[in-house]
Amino acid sequence: MPGLPGEPIVRIRDLHKSFGDNHVLRGIDFEVSQGEVVCVIGPSGSGKSTLLRCINLLEQPHPDSSVVVHGVELNDPDCDIDTARRHIGMVFQQFNLFPHKSVLANCTVAQETVLGRRGSEAREVARMNLDRVGLSEKRDAVPAQLSGGQQQRVAIARALSMDPSLMLFDEPTSALDPELVGEVLTVMRRLAEDGMTMIVVTHEMAFAREVADRVVFMDGGVIVEQGRPDDVVGNPTEPRTREFLQRVLDPTHVTPE
Amino acid sequence: MAVATTAPGSRLSPRKRRQRIRLAQYALLVAIAVIAAVGANWGQIAHVFFDVGIAKSTVLHGLGAALVHTITYTAGGFVLGLLAGTLFALMRLSDVLPYRWIATVYIEFFRGLPTLVVFIALSLLPLAFTGLVVPFDPYGTVWIALGIVGSAYMAETIRAGIQAVPRGQVEAARSLGMTSGAAMRKVVLPQAFRIMIPPLTNELIMLIKDSSLVYAIGLTVSGFELTAFGKGMANDSANITPLVVAGLGYLVITLPLSWLVRRMEASTAKGR
Ligand SMILES: Nc1ncnc2c1ncn2[C@@H]1O[C@H](COP(=O)(O)OP(=O)(O)O)[C@@H](O)[C@H]1O
Ligand SMILES: [Mg+2]
Repeated sequence: MPGLPGEPIVRIRDLHKSFGDNHVLRGIDFEVSQGEVVCVIGPSGSGKSTLLRCINLLEQPHPDSSVVVHGVELNDPDCDIDTARRHIGMVFQQFNLFPHKSVLANCTVAQETVLGRRGSEAREVARMNLDRVGLSEKRDAVPAQLSGGQQQRVAIARALSMDPSLMLFDEPTSALDPELVGEVLTVMRRLAEDGMTMIVVTHEMAFAREVADRVVFMDGGVIVEQGRPDDVVGNPTEPRTREFLQRVLDPTHVTPE
Repeated sequence: MAVATTAPGSRLSPRKRRQRIRLAQYALLVAIAVIAAVGANWGQIAHVFFDVGIAKSTVLHGLGAALVHTITYTAGGFVLGLLAGTLFALMRLSDVLPYRWIATVYIEFFRGLPTLVVFIALSLLPLAFTGLVVPFDPYGTVWIALGIVGSAYMAETIRAGIQAVPRGQVEAARSLGMTSGAAMRKVVLPQAFRIMIPPLTNELIMLIKDSSLVYAIGLTVSGFELTAFGKGMANDSANITPLVVAGLGYLVITLPLSWLVRRMEASTAKGR
């Protein structure tokens, strides 16, 4: 994989993104280095998902923006985006498993079509990753037979089966019943401990404090504050961060607008 | 308020009204049955519409071959229509504007045209292109005609099916590194076709019935399908029975089809 040692895996410079007249991302500079776990927090509509989706170009940034992953400029019309995405796993809020395929086939289809792995090899890799998320015994089930927490773990195994070196998570537990959140966060924490580079958009402040190396607070399409979790979550300096955290951590005492 | 709903004395309660209406409907049914039983000449009707002897000879003298022809004509037209329909659906969803135009014009044109006109036009094509030989004739011409008409309808069904697959499915596939073509083939189309099973069946049944229009291309007896066969036999015997038997032949095809589709729908509903 390209990129010098010490070179950040993700380097974003002056990232802008608009939907029509809606200027959503307003100049973001952002770096993530090898093995780092970054949690992105911020109010709804602040552009967290859009930022994440610009990192694998599911959204097309403004042409002057620079999104470099593994030393490759992705925001270049001549960039081979399909090849770049092989190394960037993504986990969605709504899981987005393929409902017509078994759990195992969900984890093998891209290995076969994209990486050209043979069936037996792809199944071996898929089984290993399903084992990693604790679901190897469910490999013949279809997604509809699984709980939300299990589906999200399959989605993680599906992404891991491509051997990514960077994983993006967009509110992976927000669609789950509260009692199912833990099993997904546990899988993610283990992944972080194994040294995976991760960018996680989340509202789970306990996870951010415990697992993240860095917390980024976004509001209004810019990064307002970032730093060690204990500083940003425990002792924020910006008033906007403080206000947001108060609403998230103590929602019963929020003054309605 | 409760007082106002039961107007004093004059009107029936809703339950009693429903009872009376139902009673009137049954009375009408009985009256029609009595008139039909008394008024019509049943012996004559039975003889003309279902003479057992003629029915038997219809079944023995070529019904099977006609049934096979109907199935062969329709199946070929359906397969062609499905392939071309998928192509036109993808063209309608294409980023390339002229493709969208071509597909739209094609679909609107052939959906608006009676199938009979397409058959006649195709049978006259050798006039315009002398020396034109359609492969597999007479099957070739029939397949092409039914394929053209079928594809125009199926393209819209397929487009709607593709668009009914949630956007997140494509995003998941693309985020795994699949090209847009691979995402379409491996993820979108398999799901879209499940959504499309019921409407595609309707279009198949429509094609089965449209296959009766092949008489317009001037088939020889050896190429007769159910309708042409039944009509020929009916003329020869001056009796409608062969046509009735041919009609039952269509049900032999369509009823199992409906059953099969219901089963497929049930099994995909389970998988959801
Ligand atoms: N596909 C889209 N089309 C139009 N507007 C969008 C689209 N996706 C997001 N937006 C807008 O961008 C803004 C930021 O959205 P998003 O990145 O999803 O915020 P967050 O994830 O922080 O809640 C919102 O105002 C949203 O309406
Ligand atoms: Mg979001």
